Amino acid sequence: MQDSIVRLEGASKAFATPEGGSVTALDAIDLQVRRNEFLTLLGPSGCGKTTLLQAISGFVELDGGRILIDGEDMTDRPPYRRPVNTVFQNYALFPHMTVGENTAYALEVAGVAKAKRREQVAAALKMVGLEGMEGRRPRQLSGGQQQRVALARAIIARPKLLLLDEPLSALDKNLRQAMQIELKTLQHELGISFIFVTHDQQEALTMSDRVAVLSGGRIQQLDTPRAIYDHPVNSFVATFIGASNLFDGRIDGDRLMAGDGTAIHHRRNQSTASGAATALIRPEQFFLAGEGEPFPTLDVDLEAIVFVGSTFELFGRTSAGKKVIAEIPAGRRGLIGEIERTRRARLAYDPAAVHLIHPCAEA
Amino acid sequence: MSIASRRRVQLAVLLGPVSLFLAVFFLGPLAIMMVTSFLAPGLYGGVEWTFYPHNFGRILGFADPMFEDFDPVYIAIFIRSVKIAALTVLAALLVCYPAAFCIARLSERWKNFCLFLITLPFFTSLIVRLFVWVLILRQTGLVNEMLMSTGMIARPLDLIYTDGAIILGMVYVFIPFMFMPVYASVEKLDWTLVRASLDLGAGPIRTFWRIILPLTAPGIIGGAIIVFIPALGNFVVPAVLGGAKVMMLGNLIEQQFLAARNWPFGSALAMLVMSVMLVLLLVYVFASSRRGADAALNR
Ligand SMILES: Nc1ncnc2c1ncn2[C@@H]1O[C@H](COP(=O)(O)OP(=O)(O)OP(=O)(O)O)[C@@H](O)[C@H]1O
Ligand SMILES: [Mg+2]
Repeated sequence: MQDSIVRLEGASKAFATPEGGSVTALDAIDLQVRRNEFLTLLGPSGCGKTTLLQAISGFVELDGGRILIDGEDMTDRPPYRRPVNTVFQNYALFPHMTVGENTAYALEVAGVAKAKRREQVAAALKMVGLEGMEGRRPRQLSGGQQQRVALARAIIARPKLLLLDEPLSALDKNLRQAMQIELKTLQHELGISFIFVTHDQQEALTMSDRVAVLSGGRIQQLDTPRAIYDHPVNSFVATFIGASNLFDGRIDGDRLMAGDGTAIHHRRNQSTASGAATALIRPEQFFLAGEGEPFPTLDVDLEAIVFVGSTFELFGRTSAGKKVIAEIPAGRRGLIGEIERTRRARLAYDPAAVHLIHPCAEA
Repeated sequence: MSIASRRRVQLAVLLGPVSLFLAVFFLGPLAIMMVTSFLAPGLYGGVEWTFYPHNFGRILGFADPMFEDFDPVYIAIFIRSVKIAALTVLAALLVCYPAAFCIARLSERWKNFCLFLITLPFFTSLIVRLFVWVLILRQTGLVNEMLMSTGMIARPLDLIYTDGAIILGMVYVFIPFMFMPVYASVEKLDWTLVRASLDLGAGPIRTFWRIILPLTAPGIIGGAIIVFIPALGNFVVPAVLGGAKVMMLGNLIEQQFLAARNWPFGSALAMLVMSVMLVLLLVYVFASSRRGADAALNR
């Protein structure tokens, strides 16, 4: 038994544009999804997330490359012969069927006997918290309930893989968070691999076992949420996930000398290479320097101080004019009063927390 | 004035003209026809003012024993008219349904162009268009000439003055009426539902029967009714393409009014045709209003 349920090998797809050119939606993508894994595809609009899902479900024909599901080559199989089901963004529930009929559809198609079907429908609806709703019509349900029916319908035949294309984007924030947790739990219970598409980086970080960051039809980085956040391989990933302060410059011993003259200290053994690099400091890694601060510091002129509940966000510029964002825990109000008055702050950081991005890793 | 009563006045003003028009020019003649159908035919045309149920009797089997015989020919004509109208509906559907899918997939510009083409026949005279079919189908017509010149047939085929010719002509005349409602429902079809069906393992054929057909059924039923009703009563097409051989209800009624001058009998025939259509329509309205109530419940 292989440990990957899905394998993409050099999957490529280009679409012709009406103007006569072409857009590369998938650029020779290699991807392996593990068994029982919650994998998230994250990336800006138009980066190829939907195309990638549709290539797996069979609605997009690849220009090149292969797709294997559970070791079997699926590249030329039509969608209805692939052991993959999809939860569509707009739910795509059949309006002329009841919730029960919708949920039973995959079983009906597979020729499961009626009594058995009813049993399984009841179990699937129970799983998504819609017990006894078999007789309702999709239009009689709220958005969240429709979402759950779509989910029940997609999992009832136990596909080897479930694809979810921005399934939560139409829900309000509270419901969305509740569904995030439920989805994750469901995935665990079922033991099915999920490929989940989202625009929302928070969602990606909280739900996933691994995140694939896509841009321009390529996977920029595929790793655990923490690794992606703490050690982005390039500045695209660094800026796309979370807020970031990036300093481009050259490495000079244990310092990185930015083009504008700012020096950023880093933990020396982190890097063996020298030459051009980019230093990343996350906003929450800054703190306000005290008297005789042992850590390296950065002086900024503040442009805005924004209270966001648990933290203050400081927006400032260095003397060289570089924008800096810092997040200070709201517990330290005394200090905030001081900097609010002076509109200047001395930000300190731990060199060990500085992450260096080397240009060779840039896509 | 309360809002409700003001509403009522507004409604009355808005609906007034159309109600008046319908009352004078639709219900009026209808009532006259209804009364006429129960009167005795005059000896030299016109009517005699006595109650006379045998107009219907002549058709349905209780003819006036004095003057007329029950003649099953009328029922036969009725049945064959229904058959021809039904075949017209079926043929028009077979043409329009696939075409609607093709056109719905075109770009906006081509779509509009195609819709324009479909309405184009309305700009020319129906009679002229039907006579063109005579030129095409007659013994020395285009089709026969062509088949003979290629040597595929030795003698001209009987194309014109057949049931087939009538159906062809009717389909030709009624295609726009079938196409529009069918197209409207096909155009509205949500293709992600089709994808969802394929995704859940249903092949193309099952997806058609379980998803595409039910979702476009309202357009099909609407088109079928809109074509069936005028096709059943149509007398122009059978007159031109059916010749004297083939009689349909429309011709029969026309004949009673204009040639036989038996207005009461013509009226009775017309009333029967109308009541059949009315029943059909009521069934449809009933079924769709139940669906509507369903939809309202679903809010
Ligand atoms: N059927 C198509 N025809 C032409 N171009 C297409 C088609 N589908 C996608 N594209 C193009 O391919 C690229 C990738 O599209 P895709 O839908 O995969 O993006 P996405 O990452 O899902 O974006 P979003 O987050 O907005 O949903 C885009 O540039 C898009 O314009
Ligand atoms: Mg998308």
